[in-house]
Amino acid sequence: MPSLGADMEAGTLVEWLKKPGDAVKRGDVVAVVETQKGAIEIEIFEAGVLERILVQPGEQVPVGTPLATLRTNGATPGPSALPQNVTGPAKAPLELVPAKRPPETPPPEAAGEITPPLEERRPEIAALETGGGVHLHASPAARRRAAELGLDLADVRGTGTEGAITLADIEAAARARTGREPSRRAPRTGFDPGQMRKAIAAAMARSKREIPHYYLTHTVELRHALTWLEAANRERPPTERLLPAALFLKATSLALRKVPELNGFWEKDALRPEAGIHVGWAIALRGGGLVAPAIHEADAQPLPDLMAALRDLVHRARSGGLRSSELANPTATVTSLGERGAETVIGVIYPPQVAIVGFGRIVERPWTIDGALAVRPLVSISLAADHRASDGHRGSLLLAEIERLLQEPEAL
Amino acid sequence: MTEAELRKIVLDTLGDIAPEADLAAVPPDSDLREELDIDSMDFLNFVIALHEKLGVDIPEADYPQLVTVDRAVGYLMERSGPRSG
Repeated sequence: MPSLGADMEAGTLVEWLKKPGDAVKRGDVVAVVETQKGAIEIEIFEAGVLERILVQPGEQVPVGTPLATLRTNGATPGPSALPQNVTGPAKAPLELVPAKRPPETPPPEAAGEITPPLEERRPEIAALETGGGVHLHASPAARRRAAELGLDLADVRGTGTEGAITLADIEAAARARTGREPSRRAPRTGFDPGQMRKAIAAAMARSKREIPHYYLTHTVELRHALTWLEAANRERPPTERLLPAALFLKATSLALRKVPELNGFWEKDALRPEAGIHVGWAIALRGGGLVAPAIHEADAQPLPDLMAALRDLVHRARSGGLRSSELANPTATVTSLGERGAETVIGVIYPPQVAIVGFGRIVERPWTIDGALAVRPLVSISLAADHRASDGHRGSLLLAEIERLLQEPEAL
Repeated sequence: MTEAELRKIVLDTLGDIAPEADLAAVPPDSDLREELDIDSMDFLNFVIALHEKLGVDIPEADYPQLVTVDRAVGYLMERSGPRSG
């Protein structure tokens, strides 16, 4: 069970998407795990053959528990081990052990109160056995509803993006099966708000208990950036249009290169700067809750790619389907409130990170230019940083660099 | 394409973006951003999905015409009308 953030203690295996004997390659999604942050797709980072499944659907296990054994390419059949690294952004979510430990199937009551009894998961197990490991993409809300109704996901035709099974598909399949309207329930979100609240509470309480924050704010004028953006978007089809958020993300990522003590982790009384800039993008979930999955190497991506990555990430965060590598410790966080947010946001650092940059809503306000007043679009940018790792002078450099970069959007 | 078909496409698209929403309970003349708590990123995904499904180009300047289900259906009727007939 990989650690998907410092605040995660346990996860529940929901579904295996590969079965023993299946060949897997780096990046394949092999399983779905339910955490306090919702259903997360678990990727594998080594090629090989899935040998044995150790944790069955419905089981809740602590972080660090091996989920399966993998026979890596080139190895003889039998036990193999993979170096365990749950802190890196892209390493070893599927943890491996020598295969001598027998697979255990604890009684359903061991699965804990947030896990439906094993029997309710039977349709999904059956789907896996008959489906030959075909990846059934379904939103967590759809999965829950299917489990409630005892529906086999393999029997449901998905009409969502790339054939994903949506809540509406489940309801339609249930109607087709029974010939009547399924019992109405309140719409459910793809995560348990109570559990997510607990995860946020734990992380934020730890942050405020352990991290001596310092705070800086800076107002940046955006007229040129927004004019450039509007002109660029006029010539682009919707799929290639940019939002100001993409400029904010790119500018912050590039600025972090210049102030490396704000990009990394505080561990064992020392700063561990990270070479890669993997920006956690804070996404508010409807119905309450927050996740901040990583956009990897954000500083190296051209704006259109970054924008596509952002759209995809926000969509998956809100409909289910975040991946393990995205939750495994981003190196710094950006929170951008968007057009309906407040004017200023001053963040709380997500431990063990050492900085969070906040962008408020873009607002039109009076602004002086050469001694005269003008009305200009402005954004309030803030930095909350760990004073153990950096000082206000270095923090100011970051904000000044973001401002400089936002004045030259064509160079981003 | 009929008005009913377009309405179904609009609602399906919204359902994909806000899977937890009870779309049947959303008044067709209310602001989707308020009603479904949709932000600019969701809204762009909504526009893109409609663009891909219907082949309709939706300039940024027209976004305000898509903020309710009724207005979106009307706008798409107008824009996709010549194509279907």
